[in-house]
Amino acid sequence: MTVDHRAAPPPTGPVPWDKKFALRLLADMVRIRRMEEKSAELYGAGKIRGFLHLYIGEEATAVGALHALSAEDNIVATYREHGHALVRGMDMGAIMAEMYGKREGCAHGRGGSMHLFDKATRLFGGNAIVGGGLPLAVGLGLAAKMQNENRLTACFFGDGAVAEGAFHESLNLAALWKLPVLFCCENNLYGMGTALERSESQTDLCVKAASYNMPALKVDGMDIVAVHEITKQAVQRVRAGDGPVFVEYQTYRFRAHSMFDAELYRQKAEVEEWKTRGPIHTFSARLKAEGKLTEEDFLALDAAANAEVDAAVAFAEAGTWEPVEDLLKDVHTS
Amino acid sequence: MSRRLNYREAMREAMHEALVADPRVFLMGEDVGMYGGTYAFSKGFLDEFGPERIRDTPLSELGFVGAAIGAALGGMRPIVEVMTVNFSLLALDQIVNSAALYRHMSGGQFSVPLVIRMTTGAGRQLAAQHSHSLEGWYAHIPGIKVLAPATIEDARGMLAPALADPDPVVIFEHAGLFNMEGDLADDWTVDIRSATVRREGKDVAIITHGGSLPKALAAAEQLAATGIDAEVLDLRVLRPLDTATIMASVSKCRHAVVVDEGWRTGSLAAEVMARIMENVFYELDAPVARVCSEEVPIPYAKHLEEAALPQPEKIVAAVRGLFS
Repeated sequence: MTVDHRAAPPPTGPVPWDKKFALRLLADMVRIRRMEEKSAELYGAGKIRGFLHLYIGEEATAVGALHALSAEDNIVATYREHGHALVRGMDMGAIMAEMYGKREGCAHGRGGSMHLFDKATRLFGGNAIVGGGLPLAVGLGLAAKMQNENRLTACFFGDGAVAEGAFHESLNLAALWKLPVLFCCENNLYGMGTALERSESQTDLCVKAASYNMPALKVDGMDIVAVHEITKQAVQRVRAGDGPVFVEYQTYRFRAHSMFDAELYRQKAEVEEWKTRGPIHTFSARLKAEGKLTEEDFLALDAAANAEVDAAVAFAEAGTWEPVEDLLKDVHTS
Repeated sequence: MSRRLNYREAMREAMHEALVADPRVFLMGEDVGMYGGTYAFSKGFLDEFGPERIRDTPLSELGFVGAAIGAALGGMRPIVEVMTVNFSLLALDQIVNSAALYRHMSGGQFSVPLVIRMTTGAGRQLAAQHSHSLEGWYAHIPGIKVLAPATIEDARGMLAPALADPDPVVIFEHAGLFNMEGDLADDWTVDIRSATVRREGKDVAIITHGGSLPKALAAAEQLAATGIDAEVLDLRVLRPLDTATIMASVSKCRHAVVVDEGWRTGSLAAEVMARIMENVFYELDAPVARVCSEEVPIPYAKHLEEAALPQPEKIVAAVRGLFS
């Protein structure tokens, strides 16, 4: 099957939210964007090493979806999870320090960019095995169900993960056992450098999910309004107790897969076209059209994001290195 | 006082006790429920505990082992049964990349209190895809504990401390032991830390685990008839290895033979031998020997299968070689 890589027209239309809520979501997108722009810069400066997978361009998905969840819910994410961690409530300083490899990072420098964990906000990683988080999400859902807890597990994964056996086994198990799991597929059209149609015989991902007997919804992942509203509906259905729901967020990654990616697999024009659908400026324009955002509002929230980034970088810079004597710590509990 | 039971009954009792004692404990795996367990370890459990806690799974080893890890992260204490170690390779990603790593990658924020039980070993003419002994692979991985109960007492007693452990524990049950009978003392105690001497001796330390333990004990009896007094050491815990107990036996006997149903190359036997060299080399009177499986997939035909595995005669010959 062929996949249309061309960008649709930018998202438009009314924003059915009050100004406060709308600005909060806009601010979260800007916070992710500024944090990651700074991360890329710090990578160039050698402060951050290893793999660094940026979410730039995809912010509407994490922000819109995560704001539809409650604090009691579980989150399972991928190696492209800086944004999810931040929106979930992790301290930006702890994220930045982790990327620096410092002891003050969320995992004391053991995990780095791809393995952000936060017990307080129920973020169960930062999983860098494609599809690896899906069975874990099923188990978290099972635990919640068996303990009569009113929490769902939102599991984020990319389009690449649908090629893994773990995807199929997990969707089947979750549907078979009617578990409270929200499968959030961030379809950015490429699994690393392989376009969806070059790896899937069936490129309509909702068809795959629906074959496991669960509701499967598709949404424009660049449109934060649509993302949030459809996720709210999906969450409601999962909480009703009838089993999992699958949502495909159709989104696009503006930056390279990682810092080592020469982007030989896609045209610059395609990327530029998708940038016209960028979630921050299109959402800002819609809010301005409705009188819910002024230029001053935007400058203020952008300044706040930049200040937060500066503080996070200062925190990471001032951080310390875990002593090598503690190397074997946290392999086992005792 | 003691009572007589077999290995299967001992493990069944251990699971039953755990299910009664802790509502967070549940059992899942292929055919653990209506079928009663592939080897009847959980016969009757479905009626007693219900389908929520005795959970039949699809043939999705990666999915259900990963789900057990997730359930452990979510506050449960799952026992997941994998039919054989060969099938566990389908779940290896979740065991090695999730269960073993989560505590470390999260900087100590999350641990995975999970028990994975699986059948290992040959001897029943089940051919190459149901007969391998890969516990040595698992013992390579930091972040998991690896147990090999080889006695009735250990089959009865290792599960409870494994479930109490906050980290993942993998238990290898050798299929050749399931019908083995033995006496279980009323006051049994079991830990999951130490190796144990199963037969005291002074001339040679035969170091083994799992399904090779009865073979080592049989070899020791044959050797006794020829004047060689063999000590038999059961490793019990394959990771972390109880190095001190191994060295105490080897130092005392000054000769050692390691018996391991894994293949020789890169085997657990190789690790034990290396540790002996590192720790007590100058106390040895002869090079350390080993008896492993031959470097061939386990064949179906009975005479070939027997020839591929460690046997009492091979152990006796290896010991005699040290004294010739």
